[in-house]
This record gives sequence, C-alpha cells and structure tokens, in this order.
Amino acid sequence: MIALVPLVVLIPLVGAAIALTVPGYRRLQQGITLVALSTAVVLSGTYMWLVDSYGILVMEVGGWAAPFGIALVIDRVSALMLLVSSIVLLGVFVFSIGQGLADGDGDTPVSIYYPTYLVLGAGVFNAFIAGDLFNLYVGFEILLVASYVLITLGGTAQRIRAGVTYVIVSLVSSVLFLAAIALIYGATGTVNMAQLTVRIGELPGEMQLILNLTLLIAFGIKAAIFPLSFWLPDSYPTAPAPVTAVFAGLLTKVGVYAIIRTQTQLFPDSSIDTLLMVIAGLTLLIGILGAVSQLDIKRLLSFTLISHIGYMIFGIAMANAAGFAATIYYIAHHIIVQTTLFLAVGLLERQGGTTSLSGLGGMMRKAPVIAVLFFIPMLNLGGIPPFSGFIGKVGLFTVAAELQTTEAYWLMGIGALVSLLTLYALARAWVLAFWRPLRRVEPAEVRDVAPSTEALMLRKREEALIERLQDAPDAGPQQEQKSIPRLMIGATTGMVIVSVALTVFAGPLFAYSWRAGEAIADPYRITDAVLGDTPGKLGGGSGRTEPEVVDE
Amino acid sequence: MTMPLVLVIVMVVLYACGVYLMLDRTLTRLLLGFLLVGNATNLLIFLMSGSFGKSPISTEATVEEMSDPLPQAFILTAIVITFGVSAFLLALIYRSWRLTHDRDDTVQDDEADLEISTTEALTTEEVTEEDLEDTPEFDDEQDDDDISPDRDGVGIDVNEAPDSGADTGGNTGGSNTAARGSGGRE
Repeated sequence: MIALVPLVVLIPLVGAAIALTVPGYRRLQQGITLVALSTAVVLSGTYMWLVDSYGILVMEVGGWAAPFGIALVIDRVSALMLLVSSIVLLGVFVFSIGQGLADGDGDTPVSIYYPTYLVLGAGVFNAFIAGDLFNLYVGFEILLVASYVLITLGGTAQRIRAGVTYVIVSLVSSVLFLAAIALIYGATGTVNMAQLTVRIGELPGEMQLILNLTLLIAFGIKAAIFPLSFWLPDSYPTAPAPVTAVFAGLLTKVGVYAIIRTQTQLFPDSSIDTLLMVIAGLTLLIGILGAVSQLDIKRLLSFTLISHIGYMIFGIAMANAAGFAATIYYIAHHIIVQTTLFLAVGLLERQGGTTSLSGLGGMMRKAPVIAVLFFIPMLNLGGIPPFSGFIGKVGLFTVAAELQTTEAYWLMGIGALVSLLTLYALARAWVLAFWRPLRRVEPAEVRDVAPSTEALMLRKREEALIERLQDAPDAGPQQEQKSIPRLMIGATTGMVIVSVALTVFAGPLFAYSWRAGEAIADPYRITDAVLGDTPGKLGGGSGRTEPEVVDE
Repeated sequence: MTMPLVLVIVMVVLYACGVYLMLDRTLTRLLLGFLLVGNATNLLIFLMSGSFGKSPISTEATVEEMSDPLPQAFILTAIVITFGVSAFLLALIYRSWRLTHDRDDTVQDDEADLEISTTEALTTEEVTEEDLEDTPEFDDEQDDDDISPDRDGVGIDVNEAPDSGADTGGNTGGSNTAARGSGGRE
C-alpha cells in the first residue's frame, strides 16, 4: 500500500522523460500524457479511499526513518487536493489536445508542451505529498520551472513581457522560502514537518512569529494574497488558454495549501490569525474591485481568482476544525470552477476572436453552447444557491457566525458583498459578450437621420463608450475566428459536469472535508503517524539543536 | 557553535548588493541581483548548520567533531536549482532583448495596465468636452469617420509609447489622447 505513495509523482516524471524522447510523434506524446494523468487520477482516488478508511499514509523514502530521511505524507487534505488537481490536469489536457495547441504547430514548440505539462503536474503532486519542508520547496521549484516554460510558450513579445515579471516575482518568493527554511533549520535542527510541530512549539514566541511571517510572505506571493497579488493579473492572461486555466486552478491553490500546512502543522498556536483576517478581507475586496473595472474577460477572471483566495484565507484565519473544513471544500470547489471558467473563455476566444469585451457581442446566437458552458460556472462562482460555491460560502459563514468575533462578522459582510460583486462582474461580462448585439459598424448607418439634440448627445456618449471599449487593453490584433473542435467543447463540458458533481455529492464531500479539517486541526495526529514508533521524539525532551541527528 | 563573523558579513553584503541590483529595471542587473541573493541564501543555510567540524560520514571523526551535512545537501540542491533557473532567465532576457530590436534590456511595461489608466482619462475628457461643445453638427462627425483609420494608427502609437519612454508612459498616453481628441474635432 505504502509503495503506492511516490507513484503519483514518479509516473508523471517518467512520462515526461519518455515523452521528451519522442519529440516528433505528437500522438505518442499525447498518449503517454493521457496514460500518466489518468493513472494519477486513479491513484489519487485510491489514496483518498485508503486515507479515509485506514488513516494517514506515510512513506519513508529509501527506508530512512522519519526525522532523518524524507517522509512523504498523505492525509485527507492532500488526498483531496491530489484528486481534484489530477482531474483538473486531465480535463485541461484533453482540452489542449483539442486545441492541438494547436493549429499553431509552426510557431509553438509543441514537442516540449506535453512533457512540461507533466512536469508541472509532478511538481504540484509533490508539493501536496511533501512531509518535509525542503521537499515542499523542491515541489514548488519543479512546478515553478515548468510554469516558466509554459507561460512563455512560443516566446511572443507579450508572453515574454509577462513571463519576465512572473519569473522574477516567483524567484523572489522562492528565495524567501529558502531563507525561511534555513532559519527554521537553524532554530530547530529539523525540516521534517511532523517534528517541527513539536519543536517550533518550544521556541520563544517572537522567534515563532518571525518564522511564521517569513513563510507567510513566501507562500503569500504564490497564493496571490492581497498586497502580494499584483503579478497575477499581468501574467496569467497572456498564456495560451489551457495553460492559463491550469495555472489559475492549481498554482495559487498550492500556495494556499502551503499556508494551511504552515498554520496548522508548523504553527498550530499561531498569533497571526487577526492579521490573516485582515489580509483575507483586503484580498476579497481589492481583488473584486479590480475585476469590476476590467474590460478583458481573462483579466477579469484573474482578478476574481485573487479575490476568492480571500475566502480560503478567511477559513484558515478562523483556525478551528470547522474553518479548515470549509476552506478545504472551498478550495476543491474553486480549483474546478475557476479552471472551467477559463476553459469556457478559451472557447469564447476561439469563437469570437478576442477576449476583450469590446470585440465580443452577439455570441448568444453564434455560440449558444459556450454561453451555457460559461453561464453555469459563473453562477457557481458567484455563489447562487444550488451550486457548490454557495455551499462553500455558507460553510464559511456558518463557522464565522459561530465564532462571534468582530472580525468574523466583518468578514461575513465582506464575503457576502464580494459574492454579489463577483456575480455582477461576471454577469456584466456575460451579458456584454453574449446578449449585446455586435455593433462595431453601426454608428455609420444611423447618421442619415437628422437627430434631435438629446439623441445626438446620447449617441455621442454611446460612441465614446464604444470607443473606449474598442481601445480596451488587450484588444490586441484580432485573431481570426476559428472553428472549435468537439474535443474542446467536450473537455469543457466535462469540467462543467465535474463542477456540478461537487454540488450533487456535496454531502459526502463536505463530510469528508469535515473529517479532514478535524484531522489537521490536531497536528499531533500527523506527528504520531510520521514519528509514531519513537515516542521519545514526541516527548518534547529532544533538544533544539541536535547534531547527532545528522549521523544515522 | 561560533558563527564566523566574516561569513556573516559576506552574507549581509551579498544580500544588500543583490537586493539593490534587483530593484533595477535592467534585466541583466536583475539576473545578477538574483544570483547574489541566491548565493547569500546559500551562505545563510550554511551558517545555520551551526559549528563547523570535520567532514561527516566519510572520516572516522566522532559525531561531535563532524559538521552537519544536511544543510550542505540543501545548498547543493539550491545551487542546482539556481543554476537551471539562471540559464532559463538568460534565455528569457536574450529573447526579450531581441524582441525590442536589440536596444532595450529593461522590464517592459504592461500595456494593458497603462491603457486602463489612459482610457479612463479618455472617456471623462471626451464626454465632458463634447457635452460643453454641444452639438456642432454633422460635418464634424463625418470627419470623425474619415479619420477613423488614423485613429487606429494613433492607437498603435499608444501601444509603442511605453517602449521608448517607459517612465513617462502615463504622460505620453495622456498627450496621445489629447492629440486624438483634437484630431477628431478639426
């Protein structure tokens, strides 16, 4: 059983290696990727079942006992994250086959796309199963390097510009993370997260605070929480549609996952919960205000992505089992819905030739299917009752109401407002793109009728608005409209179905999240599971610096 | 458990220089800054290993005499990662430089961001002025039509403006919109 644990990382990596050796055969590469990702889905499902029935899975790599060797740990949270992210990776992969990444055979280096995509997957999976701070760092680096390649795919001017910002911001966060690891190692003499639970608790309060904040900044950049979120809407929208979709779904959530681990496992009695509350509120508000002002759908979605990270931080900041449970459910919901929305926009871009709201219009008639595929996740993200977004938010708000602190009440208010504003921003985009008649030529025709003064004024305003829309950012060169392969529609529909399934199976899923939340609220469970057989280590008697640790 | 002061000073200087370089707009300096910061972090990890002693595992030294090998393993990993990322960054910088026709080595502005600020200015300006101007009738508008291809030209100028005078992006954008406004009215 335990031997299954590293497979979820190994299989994509091996798949990537094999796929790299057959650069010319795209079909073969696709086959390999498909097999690797499907296996990952099956494996993750198995983990989820195993963890839920038999408890935490711990694998000691190379047979070295836990605090000395590298431990891979899968608990309920990791298992759920693995399952959701592998499903998303698979769905987006099918979408990108459809797109062929696509038609652009000539100028995009397709031969590296699939291997890089698999490496990205391996990095994400590795980050989720890391039981060791340094292994978490390595997981981050794997996924980041893969994402550097994917975001600059093709090397067009726009992507290079966005890529430079993205790469440098990520590098800074990685260096901070590494420095934080160094400091933690210096303070405690270990990087094993299970052991850190015990040892960090023994440190003086100020030292804990410093370490906690350093890690929070490092992960905050990756998770795009408010003051550190500026890079996201600049860089994500320029990448190819499937790449943006998978980035939006997964990468920020890996950051959030790392924050969850930090707050629950490393600093269980953290003193920064109020700070997190404030950050959550600001992320929610600033993010959504950004979204409301955007004219490009991809940028708009990137801002809603930032905004909704706030909900997850909110759940973490409440720091109790119920809060964690709600956050876990919300993350699963958000990964799937956000990805689906970006895929739908990918379809829209293909059909309409642009993602700028100025260039789109009358899509309802041209593409009713896309309209529906965009509409459902839109309602879902906005938190309209039957959908999982609603359930997730109700979960969070219930916990907040039970908490009965001022901050929690404030955040409930902000959360409800942001939910409405999300719906407003998306509905506005949807109406403009699908319902508004396409009117780029129109003003010329009206001109023959001698208009009244008011009518003229009105029209001028209208024209000014249209002109403004047409000058909109990213309006860019209009791509020619392309036909949409069935596979792309199929993949998006599949993702929509998965997102609806989150609602249908909300009962079991929320119960699962609940168990997961309860489990991580007590970090010593993992410590017991990882270091289990050596109770002497748990007693807290072990010195802070333990040079013997080295020698095994 | 003594920290060699020299190493601490070297680390501090490396961090300081690295951060200073990373604040620059020039990409090559950014890369150099990143390398310095990366190495400073490696030194930090090294310093965190505590006292230094004989080489671990291979020698017959007792446990007390050995230095801690784990941070060294971390450093090795970090060096490899830094190396790979630097190679990628170099390629990225070179590509960015080529895309600006071999004359610009700085971080490019995000046109979308610049344009959001300028387009906002455009609407307020245009609507109010036209409100004041009242209804100067048709000929005006027909001109508008004739000029419209030019407008696109101007639009492209706006896009390119940030490349040449990056720091005055806002201003050039503003003047462009002003020019456009007047162009439309004549």
